[in-house]
Amino acid sequence: MATLNDYLLVSGLLFAIGLAGVVIRRNIIVVFMCLELMLSAANLSLISFSRFNTINGLPDYNGQMLVFFVITVAAAEVAVGLAIIVALYRSRQTIHTDELTSLKG
Amino acid sequence: MPSYLFWLFSTIMLIGGAAVVAFRNPVSSALSVVTCFIGLAGLFIGLSAFFVGIIQILVYSGAVMVLFLFIIMLLDLKDEQKRAKGFAPLAAGIGLAIAFVVQLIGVLSRTPNKVAPPLDAQSLAAAAGNFVPGTKIAAALKDGRLPDVHLIGHTLFTQYNLPFQILGVLLLVATVGVVVLSKKQAE
Repeated sequence: MATLNDYLLVSGLLFAIGLAGVVIRRNIIVVFMCLELMLSAANLSLISFSRFNTINGLPDYNGQMLVFFVITVAAAEVAVGLAIIVALYRSRQTIHTDELTSLKG
Repeated sequence: MPSYLFWLFSTIMLIGGAAVVAFRNPVSSALSVVTCFIGLAGLFIGLSAFFVGIIQILVYSGAVMVLFLFIIMLLDLKDEQKRAKGFAPLAAGIGLAIAFVVQLIGVLSRTPNKVAPPLDAQSLAAAAGNFVPGTKIAAALKDGRLPDVHLIGHTLFTQYNLPFQILGVLLLVATVGVVVLSKKQAE
């Protein structure tokens, strides 16, 4: 049986991969995908806490509710973020973060 | 969930996640995210969160990643493959990730470990007493099944009714915002 620490370790590894991707990659769409990976890593730890902390013999459904809300908000966030990326591409013709330097002064 | 299934799904998930960062082509990255989410859904279902596992496949792998693929197709990104990466962001990213993992291992090695409490027929039947007798939830629990979707619906529409409706408003606002953002600006 996998223990709670195993799940937390795997979730932390996924979060670390997402974090590294956000820093390393320059394509803004891939950066956005790595943000989704980090959100999903948080979801995994929430679900494992919900399963390993039973209330009255059932999994703690408050944790699963939080995951449900996170998934829904993430879907809305992806839609808005991708629309912003499309608008950005229309005005600048690029989606590379190192070419978007108009705020540099 | 048996140990080998846990390691199988977490390996699929982690390899998918690493491939997202490693691939240069955004389409390959998007498909790796789908692989990663399928492994994650396997882990969710192994943790008896059946509804969330299915939602993960339907919403994330299905809707969100298809949206990503559509945008990649619309923007038609071809020439970004030949770009050379600088050394500094690579070192910073890997260093950050390693620092995070070392910290995590340090914390986890000191916290007491926990084994999953049993969810067998006996403990489920004992939990049936907390629900109104005769309802579907109580009947399923008495039979030794976990009525995951019923329980989530019950929690959602009793304890979390107001956040749920606010979420509906949020989705409406996001829809309107996306339409406004993607409209052609009249010059």
